[in-house]
Amino acid sequence: MRVYWELFYEFFQIGLFAVGGGPATIPFLMDLTERHDWYTKADVANMLAVSESTPGPIGINMATYAGFNAAGLSGGIVATLSLVLPSLIVIILIAKLLENFSKNPYVKSAFYTIRPAVTGLIATAVLGIWETSLFTSEEGTFQFPVFSVVLVAIFFAAMNHKKLKKLHPAFWILCGAVVGIVFQM
Amino acid sequence: MKDLWKLYAAFFRIGGLTFGGGLTMLPMLKYELVEKNGWVTEEELLDYYAVGQCTPGIIAVNVSTFVGFRKKGIPGAIFSTLGMISPSLIIVSILAFFLEQFMSNQIVAHAVGGIKVVVCALMLQTVITMAKKNLVSAVCYVVAILAFLLALFTPVPTVLLVLVAGIVGIIMYKTGGIKL
Repeated sequence: MRVYWELFYEFFQIGLFAVGGGPATIPFLMDLTERHDWYTKADVANMLAVSESTPGPIGINMATYAGFNAAGLSGGIVATLSLVLPSLIVIILIAKLLENFSKNPYVKSAFYTIRPAVTGLIATAVLGIWETSLFTSEEGTFQFPVFSVVLVAIFFAAMNHKKLKKLHPAFWILCGAVVGIVFQM
Repeated sequence: MKDLWKLYAAFFRIGGLTFGGGLTMLPMLKYELVEKNGWVTEEELLDYYAVGQCTPGIIAVNVSTFVGFRKKGIPGAIFSTLGMISPSLIIVSILAFFLEQFMSNQIVAHAVGGIKVVVCALMLQTVITMAKKNLVSAVCYVVAILAFLLALFTPVPTVLLVLVAGIVGIIMYKTGGIKL
């Protein structure tokens, strides 16, 4: 029973403070590995891979996956519902009370600095993802996989290419799966 | 009750048929909510998006809650939100359940290995896109770099960093440090 309360507490907090949608949940999910043994930092990379390649909002997929890792099917349900509960409450309050919420100067000034902070937090989280999925070997030691690093650079360049920019992330995920199978990564 | 199920079904389709969240969902939301059902106008939808982006939580969920509430009050908000998250719950639970067996399959393991490389590139792309959009002044750069370094080198909880950043913004606004 205790694990459900912990899931509720942690994911309610994430839902309340992860401003900026799906990617904003990543630093919080990394944070959780410090306090709970539900999953490891390396699992976050797996979770991201699954979340990006399944339908639905990434943040929701991540919560379901994390909750499932912690306490099975019911854990996934508890984590996901806890993540969206703050949204439900906050949005209903805003819809009821504040007609011009997004034009309120206090709201605007708070978010003026929250958005950059979240950007910085996500940058840190991405470094963590790179560390675990590229630079850490299965034995937990440092490695430098030249082939994978070059591939990341190629994919990144392709995503930013003028003609390919508009392509959906799911397309790149599919490319990644094919490349992984062909080169037996 | 029939209207509530209609909301649930519409958001179930949106959640189940779009990959990625946030803005990638906009075309599908537009199709289901504006064109097919006529529940909201396009302008309203964009307004909800603006609010959804500057409120906590998953943007797509915020938008679905907003539309549901405007249509059918609190029950509408609940049914819309549940519709949006149901496909994820079902699909990801099934995947997570079989992932261990999947991963022992060599082909799946190789595919996931390749996907992880793409995720690394996608994440880098996300950070750059967010930085371009959110870092609009010197103050923003300072806040972003401070948050980055604090999260990297100290055990300060993420929640606290977000809270402090918001308070700093309000104080700077009150003292004239930032112009909106």
